[in-house]
Amino acid sequence: MTQAAVDATESLLDVERLRADFPALAQTVNGRPLVYLDNAATTQKPISVIEAVSRFYREDNANVHRAIYELGERATRAYEGARGKVADLIGAPERSIVFTSGTTESINLVAYAWGRHNLGPGDEIVITAMEHHSNLVPWQLAARDTGATLRHIPLTDDNLLDLEAARTVIGERTKMVALVHKSNVFGVVNPVAEITALAREVGALVLLDAAQSAPHFRVDVQELDCDFLAFSGHKMLGPTGVGVLYGKPELLEAMEPFLGGGEMISSVNLTESTWNEIPWKFEAGTPKIAQAIGLGAAIDYLEEVGIDRVTAYLGQLSDHARQVLSAVPGVTLFTPAVGSAVFLFNLEGIHPHDLAQLLDQEGIAVRAGHHCAQPAMAHLGVAATARASFYIYNTFEEIDRLAEGLNQARRFMSG
Amino acid sequence: MTELRDLYQQLILDHNQHPRNFGVLEGADLMARGNNPLCGDQLDLYVALEDDSIKDIRFEGSGCAIFKSSTSIMTTVVKGKTRGEALEIFERFHRLATTGEVDSAEMVKLAALASVYKYPVRVKCALLAWRTLETALQEQGEIVSTE
Repeated sequence: MTQAAVDATESLLDVERLRADFPALAQTVNGRPLVYLDNAATTQKPISVIEAVSRFYREDNANVHRAIYELGERATRAYEGARGKVADLIGAPERSIVFTSGTTESINLVAYAWGRHNLGPGDEIVITAMEHHSNLVPWQLAARDTGATLRHIPLTDDNLLDLEAARTVIGERTKMVALVHKSNVFGVVNPVAEITALAREVGALVLLDAAQSAPHFRVDVQELDCDFLAFSGHKMLGPTGVGVLYGKPELLEAMEPFLGGGEMISSVNLTESTWNEIPWKFEAGTPKIAQAIGLGAAIDYLEEVGIDRVTAYLGQLSDHARQVLSAVPGVTLFTPAVGSAVFLFNLEGIHPHDLAQLLDQEGIAVRAGHHCAQPAMAHLGVAATARASFYIYNTFEEIDRLAEGLNQARRFMSG
Repeated sequence: MTELRDLYQQLILDHNQHPRNFGVLEGADLMARGNNPLCGDQLDLYVALEDDSIKDIRFEGSGCAIFKSSTSIMTTVVKGKTRGEALEIFERFHRLATTGEVDSAEMVKLAALASVYKYPVRVKCALLAWRTLETALQEQGEIVSTE
């Protein structure tokens, strides 16, 4: 089903039924029903994911790829089966899917295993001013270690990527363009096709941080034509501790290993070793077996709901949120009109940490702080902001409760 | 939200909205900087001494209501005190902020922050000003953090 084929009214999920799948949502906090609005940080888990992890430990627990007995074979089948589900989700061959601990490790893997061997003085790495620290600090370290220069694409006054500036920042010296696909602060989807075209003109590689985009809409690596794509399981209903690095197979083949140890080798003697095939070359040590299986269950859940329906529903929630949040006196909304599911705002005269504390008293969980994106806060000229981010189980009523909470907080803090 | 009135008492809201001794102190003898980077609380604290007493104290900074009001109240409490007296009040305030124990009548204003111990993540907001004052008075010169 394409997004256009999803009728606006039809696409409304049966949220009440769906919420029953998420045990953590059925609780009260400070005497009020929990309103969980920190989904950009991590999502809650459906019972099917919790069960998949638990069933693995109860029934199939063994190490993968080496045990020659029934449990080991089951564990290997389930683990590699999860890789297959990830591959299908993003339209990639299985051998291009590396399980990591999360987006952060995925990006570090590229910054080390590719960056340390392919960058040098005179080379440039290009990022953007709206990166999460996970796609900023690894490149700062790579630049420091290799003598390469780190440059960034600035933002416009509307908190969008400055495409005009991108044309001058990306140039002959650019070797890597690493950017966030959908921003965890502004909720906007960046024009990655245009940026990728600019990178291709100068022969640079493209890495996409898909930590927020993969949970929100269909991400297809063939369509995107990116070289690397990184995302986390726990932001899309899966367990913590597992993430994905997609890399074009020919790049992964050519790259040096990241971590050395068991599993990633082909043969080892006391002086040297040869490497296993991709993707296992990059999975040193006992992998995240239970977590990967849990991520597989999360992908099954999302596919069953329908990822295009997820996108459409988040759009509807976002339209509603924009309307009700804008109506609260004193609210400054930093999320541009094209942004969705992630709403960044401040309430006049109330520091976001106080606001988060007051909302918590009403059972409403929002994020306050710099959201691991200090350069983006510097762009806004604020030290901290509040953020409400939505996922498939959030309701229109919950957004109304947030708005009411903001009004209460204003009255409360004025004494 | 009314349950939070113990943390956000009227005196706290008042000092948050109208911080006392706010602004740069020209000709300060001591200056120290506080910074809780995870929170974003930032403080520049200026102290003018006369002999061993705090003749004047002012601050600039930004942060949450607990941080701002705690800093503002501190400036009103320590003005006129000797270094030793100020550090001794800090010791008692530290006990108050971490246990809720108010141990002298002199602590009346500071007692407005006595509930902060019930909110462990906010204790660092209340303590930043005092730690920064301690550093200023001991002329240690490093940037203070209570995170």
